Amino acid sequence: MNLLDQVKFLLGITRSSDIVRRYFVVNGFDGALTMLGLIIGFLVSGASDLRVVINVCLGAAIALGMSGLSSAYVSEAAERRRALGKLEEAMITSLQDSAHGEAARGVPLLIALVNGLAPLAISLSILLPLFLDQTGLPLPIPPLYAAIVVALLIIFLLGVFLGRISGVSWLRSGIQTLLVAIVTATLIYVFTANSE
Amino acid sequence: MAIVKKLVLDVLKPHQPNVLEFARTIASASNKCRVRVTVLEVDENTETIQVVVEGGSIDFEAIQSSISELGGSLHSIDEVEVQGKGQDSQGP
Repeated sequence: MNLLDQVKFLLGITRSSDIVRRYFVVNGFDGALTMLGLIIGFLVSGASDLRVVINVCLGAAIALGMSGLSSAYVSEAAERRRALGKLEEAMITSLQDSAHGEAARGVPLLIALVNGLAPLAISLSILLPLFLDQTGLPLPIPPLYAAIVVALLIIFLLGVFLGRISGVSWLRSGIQTLLVAIVTATLIYVFTANSE
Repeated sequence: MAIVKKLVLDVLKPHQPNVLEFARTIASASNKCRVRVTVLEVDENTETIQVVVEGGSIDFEAIQSSISELGGSLHSIDEVEVQGKGQDSQGP
């Protein structure tokens, strides 16, 4: 069995595929909205030094990734240990050397990786226009606006993904998540612009 | 050495992996053997199944190991058919 099949098998016997998917969307959405909020905050504040913007956003992205990684691992490891204990009780035997034991050790790690890497990867994608601008690559629009466009696009795509797995209209689902992002952006703009 | 031609096993297993996955794994562990799995009883967390393995030469240890790896527990060997060395495998 290759690694991918093994992962699928372990997710299957613990019925964790939906948890992984949920964590990816929830924390990915967190990452995208956080970056959107930070970038709009910098735009409203008139920040001119892009290095400061990148460092602050990168710091937040790493913190989101580490938070997702550690919190998911701790909670999922506890849940899996509990589930394995219940199963061992029902089977009246130790399952540590079985696929269930392997799943109890491996699945929390996998879920933690997804939970941590989703916001980190999405945040880095949103910051890509800023990195490109730093390398001297000319962009058609200013880098902060380009980052906002990327953020809105990713949020829309997360909605499309949700729509596809739930079997509802992908367009409707994408527009729903996009609306959440627009409302968030408006709130940030209203509160930060008024506080100046 | 006698060749094992048929085994009927009583196994307790968790609900996951399901009987199809269970049967496939046992079949892949026992080369060129036919595997039939019947669910006898279903409880909250476990199910009791009857595993029938038939074939040319059954490797009992490999089957037992597969059952353990999948989280199953072999309760009893309910039926065995073996063939002694030199016996005609095709019968009369």
